[in-house]
Amino acid sequence: MATYIARRLIQGVIVLLVVSLICFIIFRYMGDPVVTMAGKYATFDEIELVRKSLGLDKPMHVQYGRFIWNALHGNFGKSYVARVPALGLILERFPATFELATTAICLSFSLGLGLGVLVSLKPYAFHNRLIMAGSLGGISIPTFLIGILLIMVFSVYIGILPPFGRGDTVAIGPWRSGFLTLDGLKHLALPATTLALYQLAVTLRLTRAGMREVLAEEYIKTAWSKGLPPKKVIFKHALRNVMIPVVTMAGLQFGEVIAFSIVTETIFQWPGMGNLLLTSIYEGDQPVVVTYIVLAAVIIITINIVVDILYALLNPKIRYD
Amino acid sequence: MTKRRNRSRILHSYLHDPPAMIGSMIILIYFLAAILAPWITPQNPYDLTTVSLDHFLKPPIWMEDGEAPFLLGTDDQGRGILSTIIYGCRTSLIVGFTVVLISSCLGIVLGLVSGYYGKWIDAATMRLADTVFSFSTTLLAILMLGVFKRSGVLTVIAAICVANWVRYARTMRGSVLEVKEEAYIMAAKATGAKDFRLLFRHLLPNAIPPILVVVAVDLAVVIMLEATLSFLGVGVPLTEPSLGMMIAIGKNYIYAGMWWMIVFPGAALIILVVGINLFADWLREELNPKIERNR
Repeated sequence: MATYIARRLIQGVIVLLVVSLICFIIFRYMGDPVVTMAGKYATFDEIELVRKSLGLDKPMHVQYGRFIWNALHGNFGKSYVARVPALGLILERFPATFELATTAICLSFSLGLGLGVLVSLKPYAFHNRLIMAGSLGGISIPTFLIGILLIMVFSVYIGILPPFGRGDTVAIGPWRSGFLTLDGLKHLALPATTLALYQLAVTLRLTRAGMREVLAEEYIKTAWSKGLPPKKVIFKHALRNVMIPVVTMAGLQFGEVIAFSIVTETIFQWPGMGNLLLTSIYEGDQPVVVTYIVLAAVIIITINIVVDILYALLNPKIRYD
Repeated sequence: MTKRRNRSRILHSYLHDPPAMIGSMIILIYFLAAILAPWITPQNPYDLTTVSLDHFLKPPIWMEDGEAPFLLGTDDQGRGILSTIIYGCRTSLIVGFTVVLISSCLGIVLGLVSGYYGKWIDAATMRLADTVFSFSTTLLAILMLGVFKRSGVLTVIAAICVANWVRYARTMRGSVLEVKEEAYIMAAKATGAKDFRLLFRHLLPNAIPPILVVVAVDLAVVIMLEATLSFLGVGVPLTEPSLGMMIAIGKNYIYAGMWWMIVFPGAALIILVVGINLFADWLREELNPKIERNR
């Protein structure tokens, strides 16, 4: 087990190194940092000075080494636009994204699993067909369209929920939370629903498909014929076996949540990391984009490693070598 | 003989599954509309000689102020919504099918090779696949297009393909691992068949059915992805028709009550994706031997 964990960690570090190399190349060759820093009308001497101060006169591997060294110290350079350290700029936005994503994940996971079990028990009953039709809608309407339609219905026509921003927040140390005010929760409702719907539909369909396969297995028939109460058969014998792929999928789909949080934040002008990323892409703010990519990679890789280890612990069939 | 019986069973199940039939009808209609676009649209929305700002922001024809030939109204450039939708669907279908074709070929070959040869080739490919998968196609496509900033239909196709081969490779590899153990593969090997022949003549055709389901689902996913990218402004350029971009433009007028700029392109997109998914659902149930079908 220890070797397995060590191996996963080493693989994670390798992936991070590759990501950092790609980021370094983007940083170095996409747009000229010297011109951006020194300004368009700088003299030759000024340009040389900036080039020296950025260390761009050194050989490539030295530059890459410095990039890694700086990154390890949380120094990704300053934003070209805001002129403050890029990492600080992004971390400031982290609470907003975290609260949005957590709410959406909790919503989609609990509802998806619950409804999935319900539907699998009587797949051909009318109300369950209705739920399945709804889930087909959930995977067939792209996230951005769900967001816009929700704004149209709840903000423009009915006018009960605010269409953009985060509302009032309460500062708890460095963390600004929107969970604690009514205004904050109201602002959270539409974006969280938007972000949750797709994952909800996927979880529901995965649970249903898994349950239908498992319910046809011999050991479930045995459990029924033993006269076990339905609750026990469904939750203890069937759902347990379905949980493993569903949980793994949810963990591995985390990149998808980050991707769709970019979309959701853009629609609702939610002041999170994804919104910042898109603005930075439009403005050509390389340091912020690069920092975002590295941060996203760290988060995704960490979650993947945790899921893999949990999976190995949960499932005795997995071999570690 | 068994093959024919199998085929008639599938046909029978298709004819008794209304959702699957509706789904394939929808796909067919979109296809025809996309091919016939220049002849059936009232206006070519990207030909500047037929577009005039005089007709901008008109509501659908049945409402007050509506104007022929703009059945579903116009946008802020005076382009007819219906015409733009039809041309936009063309882009959706082109991107969808090209991406599915290229990334499935890429994935199938990678999956075949890594499943058949195993060892380090397998380990390397699957690690790469895991990494790409965990970053998710959407995130990778947004980042790649955002960083390289050279927008165009081909760039969009390339960016999605780079991120999209994984599901095919994994499915193919799993399928190959099963088929590899079959007696007829052993037999082929025993007759001295070369690797190439084994891979493409014996393994490929027998390992391909699970890929069909992936293709169907993936087509819907890619079409939604293209719309999302164009909506975010990192997809196809402003000079190309796209459903995602239409909705992005419509979003600017959402408070002015000009719903037709969002609702119609949105509906066109949803109906297309639902159609594909209905068909995919049927295909999945049909090809999955594990599900009990007696109702």
